[in-house]
Amino acid sequence: MSQVNPFEERMFPAIEFRDVYLYYDDKKVLDGISFTVRKGETKIILGRSGGGKSTIIKLVLGLIKPDSGRILIDGEDITDYTEPEMMRVRQKIGMVFQEGALFDSLSVYDNVAYKLHEQGLPEEIVEEEVRKMLRFVDLEDAIDKMPSQLSGGMRRRVGIARALVGHPEIVLFDEPTAGLDPPTARTICELVVKLRDLENVSSIFVTHEMQNIEYLSSEYAVINEKGEVVFEKEGEKLCLINTEIMILREGKIIFSGKDEQLKKAATTDPYIRRFLHGR
Amino acid sequence: MSFLQQGLYELQELTLLTFRAFYRLRKKPRYFREVIQQIDIIGVGSTPIILLTGFFTGAVLVLQSFQILAYYGAQSQVGRMVTFSLFRELGPVLAGLMVAGRIGSAITAELGSMVVSQQIDAMRALGTDPVKKLVAPRIIALLVALPLLTVVANVSGIIGGGITSKYIFNLDTTVFISSVLDAITTKNIIVTLVKPFFFGLIIGSVACYKGLGTTGGTVGVGISTTRSVVLSSIVIIIADFFLTRALQNILGIDF
Repeated sequence: MSQVNPFEERMFPAIEFRDVYLYYDDKKVLDGISFTVRKGETKIILGRSGGGKSTIIKLVLGLIKPDSGRILIDGEDITDYTEPEMMRVRQKIGMVFQEGALFDSLSVYDNVAYKLHEQGLPEEIVEEEVRKMLRFVDLEDAIDKMPSQLSGGMRRRVGIARALVGHPEIVLFDEPTAGLDPPTARTICELVVKLRDLENVSSIFVTHEMQNIEYLSSEYAVINEKGEVVFEKEGEKLCLINTEIMILREGKIIFSGKDEQLKKAATTDPYIRRFLHGR
Repeated sequence: MSFLQQGLYELQELTLLTFRAFYRLRKKPRYFREVIQQIDIIGVGSTPIILLTGFFTGAVLVLQSFQILAYYGAQSQVGRMVTFSLFRELGPVLAGLMVAGRIGSAITAELGSMVVSQQIDAMRALGTDPVKKLVAPRIIALLVALPLLTVVANVSGIIGGGITSKYIFNLDTTVFISSVLDAITTKNIIVTLVKPFFFGLIIGSVACYKGLGTTGGTVGVGISTTRSVVLSSIVIIIADFFLTRALQNILGIDF
């Protein structure tokens, strides 16, 4: 029997950190971090600026290496991989950067097509895929623009489209909504929910905005009878289990669990309460 | 870290980066198009300033030395003097310094901005090796373009010298040309092509290293750019001395 039970496959971690330590010069950035992100799960990482949130994402991509501990992607230990070996692993990971990090010298089309051009695919296939991705983030009109002509939110969405090319199994979001107006932030959260529920993508979502957590941990996307994507709120009959929240403080995980547990923890832990309510 | 340790560390990292740029070329992809594009930017783009600096350097050489030569009755050898100076020293060094200023700074600023806006991280995240895609093409382009630019500087310098000696000192053009031709020896040609090859390597690796090592936002880009130009200019001038001595030993130039 070679068929994998879908339930078992979901239990298999997409990302796993085992006791990871990281120092910048003498400053301890990560202090024994261990966690897993299951297949199809979204892990929201909360924490103050400079608390090591973005560092975790860079470690997943192998852009930096930990001082000790192991990091596994899809069960594969990537900790000691060299740069050329990491290139293969990065093929299955998409990354959305804080400010989009689009290549200034390339048009929106070429930015999104970057990965496909590098693979040397024929232009017809590339164009079809690029248009599909831009339609997904609702930016097909901007295809010929240069990044400097785009607004902050549009840059972020192009960044998402670029990260999703090639259908990565893991997508990492580094504060994708920071500095955006609420409707645009909402659009981006909807994209994340769509990826999680309709494409079964595992993701890490770094943020410090509470509204995002509300959207991500209480809504889910389904396709209705007309074939449209609609968002529904969790309620009596359905409770979301594929989104977890993790809070970092000075390089340590001080909370990990569902949003309901987070609200409960906020009543007892003053640090978490201050984080959620600002006082 | 002490100043010496810092210097040694930078030298190590710079050497490693350069080594990687070449070592990783053994595997595909090789980004041939980027190399051509960079040769165009560096070579064709720098031709006007190299023509100008070369022309006036040759011209001023004649202006300064014609009367000294005339004092010894050797004014017919002015072409030889200009050619020797340009081929062995001024052509390679001037082209090197001009390109360090024009291209070295541009490379550092470009890579530095890409670092601070996370474009380098994005490139790595998308599975492209920046050393192969950005560093190697720039260094290779400099290795190709700088010797060619030196030749341009040499030729335009000789023309500048020739015009000065004809119109200011009334030297017969054929005398000038024949003394120039006397000086274009195989050894001089080797010297004028070997030196810029090393200078190109210096400019390329320093500029890329400083660019990729940028930290601290837009201010950091400015600092890296300044350091890149200063460092590569100084290293070119120091390396020139040792290169000259080494070439003298190898080629036995005992003029």
